[in-house]
Amino acid sequence: MDQGELSMDKILLIAHTEANGSLSKASLEALTCAKDLAASLSTTFAVGVFGENTAKALEQIGSCGAEKYLSVSGADFKDARYATDSYAVEGIYRKAQASIVIAAGTSRMNRVIPGVAHRVEGVAELHVSSIAGSATELTATRWLYRQRIEAVITRASRPWFLGVDSGNYTAWTGSTSAVTAESVATEAPAACKRSKVVGLESPGSGEQTIKPDAELLMVAGAGWTKKQADGTVHAQEARKTILGFLSKSGASLGGSKAMVDLDSENREAFNFMTHLNQIGQTGTSPRHQKGLSTCCHGEEPHAVGWRFINERRAVNLDANCGWARGKADVLYVADAFAVMAKVNELLSK
Amino acid sequence: MSNAYSIIVCAGLAPDPLQRLEPMDTPTGPALKNEMMLPAVLDPWAACALYEADNLAKKLPGSKVYLVSMALKTKLQQVMMVLSQKVPFELVAIDGPSNGFTDARECASELAQAIEAIPGLDKDKMLLFGGWESATRAAGATMQILGEKLGVVDQFQGVDKIEIEPSGAIKLWERVEGGKQQVSLCESAPVMVGWATGELPEPPNNPQVGMANMRTVMPALQKAKSAAASSSALKFKGVTLPAQVRETRIEKDMPVEAIAQELVTWIRGN
Ligand SMILES: Cc1cc2nc3c(=O)[nH]c(=O)nc-3n(C[C@H](O)[C@H](O)[C@H](O)COP(=O)(O)OP(=O)(O)OC[C@H]3O[C@@H](n4cnc5c(N)ncnc54)[C@H](O)[C@@H]3O)c2cc1C
Repeated sequence: MDQGELSMDKILLIAHTEANGSLSKASLEALTCAKDLAASLSTTFAVGVFGENTAKALEQIGSCGAEKYLSVSGADFKDARYATDSYAVEGIYRKAQASIVIAAGTSRMNRVIPGVAHRVEGVAELHVSSIAGSATELTATRWLYRQRIEAVITRASRPWFLGVDSGNYTAWTGSTSAVTAESVATEAPAACKRSKVVGLESPGSGEQTIKPDAELLMVAGAGWTKKQADGTVHAQEARKTILGFLSKSGASLGGSKAMVDLDSENREAFNFMTHLNQIGQTGTSPRHQKGLSTCCHGEEPHAVGWRFINERRAVNLDANCGWARGKADVLYVADAFAVMAKVNELLSK
Repeated sequence: MSNAYSIIVCAGLAPDPLQRLEPMDTPTGPALKNEMMLPAVLDPWAACALYEADNLAKKLPGSKVYLVSMALKTKLQQVMMVLSQKVPFELVAIDGPSNGFTDARECASELAQAIEAIPGLDKDKMLLFGGWESATRAAGATMQILGEKLGVVDQFQGVDKIEIEPSGAIKLWERVEGGKQQVSLCESAPVMVGWATGELPEPPNNPQVGMANMRTVMPALQKAKSAAASSSALKFKGVTLPAQVRETRIEKDMPVEAIAQELVTWIRGN
């Protein structure tokens, strides 16, 4: 469908409930995005929520000003499963008949948005950082080449589904209010239930080291695993220092590729660090206010993962490492073992 | 029940991550400066999918790995020289654009046509693999659309591990928020798996595998269908390289105590 007239756009926010029945921060951010867009296009917006029981979530955003509320609520929709989630999202979309569909970039929504868009002959973009609308055009901003090139795109085709990454909009807040939602479905066909979610696991040591909401990201590079000035590897000391810092500072832990790819000899001491911690080109690009890099060289494939880290400091023995070349605000040329042990001591006071 | 599968790995090419990228405008839309000169690699997460596919095929006798790749033929030829020495596969090549400015939807259409044309493909025994995101478009959309086009509604994204049980049930570990993995069990194939890093290192070069692969790679490249996949529906209003250079203060002679104190003050935000 091609649609020249933007004033005709109808906006729909689709969100899923969390395990406790509420909406996540990411979904509330997407709600702000939908609301802002509706205001700039002088139009209304609808909200669709799916999950095991949507009542609490709907009440949570009951005062957001949506024109209409839709719900897919039932045991079939408890878990994040492509077939049932896409069934729910498709149902909500078909009922609302919106031309712009906004969702938070959670793993659950990202899994289904492009597939559903295709099913309803629409188009989709994930990892959107902002959406802007004017009387004549709707544009979305997103990164290409793993945060190396920023693009502003537009499409005439509708429906257009947009997954907005967390950290770009402030989460909507408002009082709870009872709403009457139109029920779209309460169960899914048997064909959607070939897969079952059987558990949630923490890889590695089981310790939760990835904390998306932390103010600080601490990156540990492969230097922690290398021979030091005395000619030996200090793996246990490194483990103690890194874990000590994480517990005292509340920081989230990232690693370089060289660190997470460690050979088996060193694996045990750093078992709290897995591929999920990897920052960079083939890892993640998390959003934190501050980032502290330790024993990491700051090569380009790693540093692209720092795109959304505002304040950056690094501790490295090498004054010519990548961080020195405009990638960090401050580079301390020093032994990270000594510096971080002292930092831990000061943080304990 | 036979546990022999057609494992179809979809992978594009990406510029070597150590290269500096610069966008430029062309009459047909944005492109990368010197794109033809930039050394290319198999898209990293899709490469993980290929190594996992090989590992699985070795455990499930009778299984076969297909590598379906859309990229400029000359680039594909270069990458195949190295890649074909890694693991055995049958190449299905499509000569078309593979930069980040193409539309996921159009790319998925080309891939779907190429897969549908694989002789004797039994979709009930298909494991459709790819990277969960490319290093070019980074849209995380192509595989879902492709799955839908091929009628695969059991889809998994950010997968790090897969196990096939003797019954044919498929267990998968997907990345979700907070460094956790969601574990799912699907009754049987077909499934679509968008791989994250997986668990396997890059295999070493094996010249024998290379020789065997080359017998099919060359003919596949020669008969590669040209695809026009353009971003006709997708319009770029602007493409920019972020200003990324910071004024770095380099402290060479600061005592450890002073550094630690400065860091703690900074961390505490005062
Ligand atoms: C296709 C591809 C994709 C890639 N993707 C990624 C990615 O996503 N993420 C990523 O990180 N990398 C990625 N890389 C790899 C990247 O190019 C680097 O090899 C990697 O980041 C290096 O990790 P490192 O800095 O921890 O290790 P090293 O390069 O080994 O550096 C270790 C550093 O530790 C310092 N050091 C040692 N001891 C101390 C001490 N006591 N105190 C202070 N400093 C010390 C050294 O000076 C050195 O700078 C990729 C590469 C390729 C080819």
